Parts: sequence; C-alpha cells; structure tokens
Amino acid sequence: MHELSIAMGIVEAATEEAQRRGVQVSAVHLRLGALSGVVKDALLFSYEVACQDTPIAGSKLIVEDVPIVIFCGKCNGERTLSSLQSFTCPECGTPTMNIIHGKELEVFALEVEDEEEEVRK
Amino acid sequence: MTEPRLVEVRRNVLKQNDVIARALREQFREAGVFVVSLVSSPGSGKTTFLEKTLTELQPQYRVAALVGDLATENDAIRLARSKAPVKQITTGTLCHLEAAMVQNALQGWDLQQLDFLFIENVGNLVCPSSYDLGENLRLVLMSVTEGEDKPLKYPTIFNSSDVAVVTKNELAEAVEFDWETARKSIESVRPGMQIFRLSAKTGEGMKDFEGFLSQRLSEHRTMAHQ
Repeated sequence: MHELSIAMGIVEAATEEAQRRGVQVSAVHLRLGALSGVVKDALLFSYEVACQDTPIAGSKLIVEDVPIVIFCGKCNGERTLSSLQSFTCPECGTPTMNIIHGKELEVFALEVEDEEEEVRK
Repeated sequence: MTEPRLVEVRRNVLKQNDVIARALREQFREAGVFVVSLVSSPGSGKTTFLEKTLTELQPQYRVAALVGDLATENDAIRLARSKAPVKQITTGTLCHLEAAMVQNALQGWDLQQLDFLFIENVGNLVCPSSYDLGENLRLVLMSVTEGEDKPLKYPTIFNSSDVAVVTKNELAEAVEFDWETARKSIESVRPGMQIFRLSAKTGEGMKDFEGFLSQRLSEHRTMAHQ
C-alpha cells in the first residue's frame, strides 16, 4: 500500500499552493485516473492521517474518478473503456495502447477561504 | 463567513519523482547504459531470473544491478554470485522503489563503465506501477505457478510495462499451465506486448531474451547519438 505516500504528496502540494496564495484550504480536489495504480478508499483513509498537524489539517479530499479514454485509429475517435481488463475499442474491437486519459494523479483545484477573512471572524 | 471559492492549481502529485526520473533517464542516455527495471509478485523468481541473466550476459557485456527489498540483503548476496556489481536498496516499510532511491544508490558509480543496469523492484504488483524510475524498459515477470489470469488481476502494472517474461517454464506441465490463456490475458491488458517464455533454471529460452536485450542496447545507443 503506497497510498499514504501519495496522500502525503497531495498534502505537500496543496499546502505549498495555499501558502503561495495566502489562503486557507477547506478541500482539495484530486483527479484520479483508473490507471494511476492508486486505490481511492485507501487514499481517502490515508488523507486524514496525512493531513494531521499540517496547515491544511481538517480539509476534505474530493476525488474525481477519471476513466480510461483511448484513441481508436480505426474509428478515428476517442472512446471510454469500461474495464481495465480489455484495452480494445468498445465500438469496433480494435486493440489499442493509445491512452489519452486514465493515468492522472493531479491536484487540480483547491477550495479556499481568504486568510484576511479568517482573521476578522 | 465568506463562501469558499475554487482555485485551479493543476499539480501532478508525483511531479517530484518524475523530475528525478527524467534526470536519471538523461544520465543513462549520456552514459549509453540500457536500464531495465523488473517488477513481479513476491516469489515469481525475479532474483533467480536476474542472476541467470547477469551471469549469461557477462562474457560480452558489462552489467550491474540494484535490488530493492523491504529488509535483508539476501538478494544482493545471491546476485553477487554472478560476479556483477550489485547494490541492495533496503526500503524499510516502503512497498516500492522511487526515483530518488535509485539516484542515491547510484552515487559513486561510473555509469559509462556499464552496458546494462538492472533494477529489481520490491516484489509487489501494485505500488511500483505509479513510480517512474528513469528506466528504458520495464519488464514484468510472472511464473507459470501463479495462474494464467495474473495479468487480468493486476492490469495496471502489466499495462505500464514494456515486455513480459513468463518464467519457471520447467514447471508448466506439472501445474497444467495454459499458455494460450496466459498469452490472451497479457494481450488483453497490454495489446502488442512482447512476451518471453523461459526457464531461468534450465536456461531454456534465455538466449532469445538476451538477444532481445542486445538489440535494444544497440538501438538505445544509436538513438542516443542522433
């Protein structure tokens, strides 16, 4: 299980971005590809632990699952795969390794509150 | 209280690892060394396979290996019997190797003195898939005793690998290994992947695999000089 290291990476990235902008983070939005090799439940569990005693302690992790999207040369279009077990175009059955999406492991947005507002409360 | 607002940041979580991996790949290119990483379940025979490969490549090539394990230096001791330079990376509780560990382990090594460097990852078919080590080729190993559907159970690691090796072929008959089913499983999760079926114990099929490595090394060097 490497989700704890991944969670720590997320916390580090989010903390840096928040400090650079001078904001408080209430939630971290993550894009998680089906081919990222990361298990969502284990990651959510690890996130709580990884957050403790950091500037973003108590923030929520919101995961957006990204399915595998391939480019099928025969159909000349992008197709979404429903399974990790078969890398073939769901329309025409052509095998393909032209992977467009599915490997994402990306902090793409932060839900923030401005620090000045926090102080005034 | 103010309404929370959403700010876009777009940051790859593994960026730090990827940056080091890219630097390593560049270092390998400059040195002209071809780097192969090995991934498999615990007990598939990575170390036996690697020992055989190191031994057989040596009359012709200069080879070395890094070997990752949670604990013990047993694998490094076994591999050292091949007389190749070997270094153990003990990861402690970490279930996979990261690029920084490879970078640290290589300090003091003159890569220009090598033709092949092998990196044996921790025995694990899940976690290593996320981490680029700067290798030129990722090799996934499975043995005939593990069952033909292993690739379907661990599609991510098979999909992220470049070549598959099916080992312990000397046991295939005894365990009624169905080669065609295994081949289809691999093809399904990683279309077009080259597969080698061999026995590190008897040596069967090793020559084909070593020929493949030689070819990849010369291609690697030709590309590096372009």
